[in-house]
Amino acid sequence: MESVKITNGKSPILQLKAVSGSYSPGSYAVNRVTTDIYANTITAIMGPSGCGKSTLLRAINRMHDLYPHIKTTGEIILKGKNVLAMDPMEVRRMAGMVFQQPNPFPTMSIYDNVLAGYKLNDIRLKKREKDDIVEQSLQSVGLWDEVKEVMTKRGSFLSGGQQQRLCIARALALNPEILLMDEPTSALDPISTNKIEELLLQLKEEFTIIIVTHNMSQAARISDNSMFMYLGELVEHENTTQMFTKPQNKRTEEYLTGVFG
Amino acid sequence: MKDKIFRLVLFVAALVILLLAAGIVYALVNRSVEAFGEYGTWGFISNAEWDPRSATEEYGALSFVMGTLYTAFFSLLLCIPFALAVALFNGEYFKGSGFSSFVSSIVDLLAGIPSIVYGLWGFYTVRPIVIEMGVNAQGFGIFLSSVVLSIMIIPYASSLSAEFLSMVPNKLKEGAYSLGATRLEVVRHISLPTAASGIVASFILALGRALGETMAVTMLIGNTNRIPQGLRDTGNTMASVIANQFGESDGLKLSALIAIGLLLFIITALINLAAKMVMKKLARI
Amino acid sequence: MNYPKITYTGWRKGKDKTAFVLVCLFSLITMFPLFFILWDVVSKGYKNFNLRLFTEVTPSSMDAMLARMNGEPIPGGILNGITGTVLIVGMAIIFSVFLGLFIGIYLADNRGKRFAGVVSYLTDLLQGMPSIVIGIITYAWIVKPLSGYSALAGSVALTIMMLPMIVRSTEETLKMLPVAYKEAGLALGSSYTNVVFRILIPSGFGGIFTGILLAVSRVMGETAPLMITALGASVVNWKVMEPTSAIPLLIWDFYNDPNLVELIWSSSLLLLIVIFLLNWIAKIVARKWKV
Repeated sequence: MESVKITNGKSPILQLKAVSGSYSPGSYAVNRVTTDIYANTITAIMGPSGCGKSTLLRAINRMHDLYPHIKTTGEIILKGKNVLAMDPMEVRRMAGMVFQQPNPFPTMSIYDNVLAGYKLNDIRLKKREKDDIVEQSLQSVGLWDEVKEVMTKRGSFLSGGQQQRLCIARALALNPEILLMDEPTSALDPISTNKIEELLLQLKEEFTIIIVTHNMSQAARISDNSMFMYLGELVEHENTTQMFTKPQNKRTEEYLTGVFG
Repeated sequence: MKDKIFRLVLFVAALVILLLAAGIVYALVNRSVEAFGEYGTWGFISNAEWDPRSATEEYGALSFVMGTLYTAFFSLLLCIPFALAVALFNGEYFKGSGFSSFVSSIVDLLAGIPSIVYGLWGFYTVRPIVIEMGVNAQGFGIFLSSVVLSIMIIPYASSLSAEFLSMVPNKLKEGAYSLGATRLEVVRHISLPTAASGIVASFILALGRALGETMAVTMLIGNTNRIPQGLRDTGNTMASVIANQFGESDGLKLSALIAIGLLLFIITALINLAAKMVMKKLARI
Repeated sequence: MNYPKITYTGWRKGKDKTAFVLVCLFSLITMFPLFFILWDVVSKGYKNFNLRLFTEVTPSSMDAMLARMNGEPIPGGILNGITGTVLIVGMAIIFSVFLGLFIGIYLADNRGKRFAGVVSYLTDLLQGMPSIVIGIITYAWIVKPLSGYSALAGSVALTIMMLPMIVRSTEETLKMLPVAYKEAGLALGSSYTNVVFRILIPSGFGGIFTGILLAVSRVMGETAPLMITALGASVVNWKVMEPTSAIPLLIWDFYNDPNLVELIWSSSLLLLIVIFLLNWIAKIVARKWKV
């Protein structure tokens, strides 16, 4: 597998070097993926189900460590540090993750959900600091005006779209280096999806976002660069416009035109 | 036609439960009227005197109510760290693994041992240790029976708690891990709070078991008819006094013992009700 | 905006590791009593665990004392307890299995109805009831009016204990069966009765049977309710209306009689073997006939 690269003069924030992920010895869900991701971009990872896109994403913040049978090899360099050699907890703090299903903590209020990262990490904050972080984070996801009156209610009281934005705010509250999103809109209605997409376009001013999606038009709408994965391999990583108009690889073209997927 | 008859049979069978419950309440109330009539309901409950000698005959339930509360709550306290550890072992740390099924089948076997065998073990093996520890001279008492009782109720608390812990959605735990939490922090801030009402309910049910446990306690508590003055003291629980004195009783004494049975029934029914209500809270999350 | 720094000190990791070690340690300690109890019962009970235990009735205290003084083994066994347990538990099984099965079917089929809710609640109430209270009730219902302790009274007490367990396991098993089973049967024009007996009960057999076995193993060692209902007897009795012994009752008698006390361990050993065997069979059945 040749390495796929795009360069635009800057140095990458995230480098993947021959990253593989395996659920059972000898078979690879992700096979030697090598590529770079640049700051303040949105990168979409596409591909048919089972192609390894989620596995690759979850390798970046060491989620696979929770399941002893999953093995990750290679090198993942985030901001110059090798993720696989770091403490997984520290990696996860640096890389925020948003999941397919909105998962606000049902035992915490909206306010506490935003601060969950600090509570979970056993950090005691002053009231002032807390209020600042909550307001700042909820402002960035456009939820502040909607929930500022109901801060003490449980997170599960919100609508699905609001819950997902709350989860994004929860990740942002820790000021992560990179935001990993695993099909964040697949459980949402079109209006909420639209809101989240607009939000991501705003957020890339400050953050770097990698989003796994099975929705090609979503990738086309919001991403700067797109990765196409197939059977665990990275087939193509390209400027999104480029990929959608002139795909380099026949497989990518077939996928984008709906021959399979 | 056949179906109609069959459905009727099912309905009648279900009715039997209703009749049983009604019959239970009726029998208990009917047979304890004499004692309650003699001393008044509150008078009977609040009197610590239990004197079966015919000349000075007098019966009150307070000593046994207190003895029951002492043993049940102390054994609950003792069982919490162990039951919680087993629940976390099976429902969180080793969920679904071979270790977990080994530990849970061992703990299940603990629940299968009859009360009377626990009593024998407590008498012949634990009692000498309790004497050695200097708790009291004979070994019998609240302390000894609570220790054995706590082992008996661990399986009830732990298996149900483990079930509730294993039901905590994975997406919540992954969400917490993704924020940089350690496993302990996920357990403390996510798993335990989410399963809290279920865990509380299982400990309430275990408490219910402890309140009604009879044989082991009868053999170990020392069977004295007064309010225990602390953990080192001997006493009697409501269940143990019935087991101990029922056989040779008639008249007012028999009625007083049945009245104690009625009180025990009401307490365990309330405990069950409480567990149910706590569990309903869980269903709402 | 300044974000507070999060550090990963050894302190946090240390706490995490300590918690893990404590959970494992306390779980390990919890398992010890089982092995201690088994060791006690086996090491003290194997000496008297012989053919005599199964073929002879309990000796009188006097005979046992004479034998002890001459250094001979205790002249007798627990045949009267074994037959008593078979009689009392056997009758309780007959009383409780069909009734429990029917109530379980009723509850599984009438979920959400008010009456079913009441029955379900009362079932829980019965299940949580202390066994000694069940003894008192049976005493008031049967022993007192018929003016005598009897095997029947003992079996009624055990029936009340087994019933809620069988109802619950039947109900839970039937709830787990796919609705399609029932609908397919009814769609084929089969009557409700046939669907229950030909489809639901056979497909849920594993769960239902496991529930019955566990209920039997539960009441097998019950002592307190039998003390005030079946009372006990020193002879083999098969008459339903006569006082009858049972293995746990004999253990209680031996415990209180210094001349017979040696027999407690072999009797307990037998009781534990039967109970663990039932548990083990239940496990195998549950695995084999998984819904």
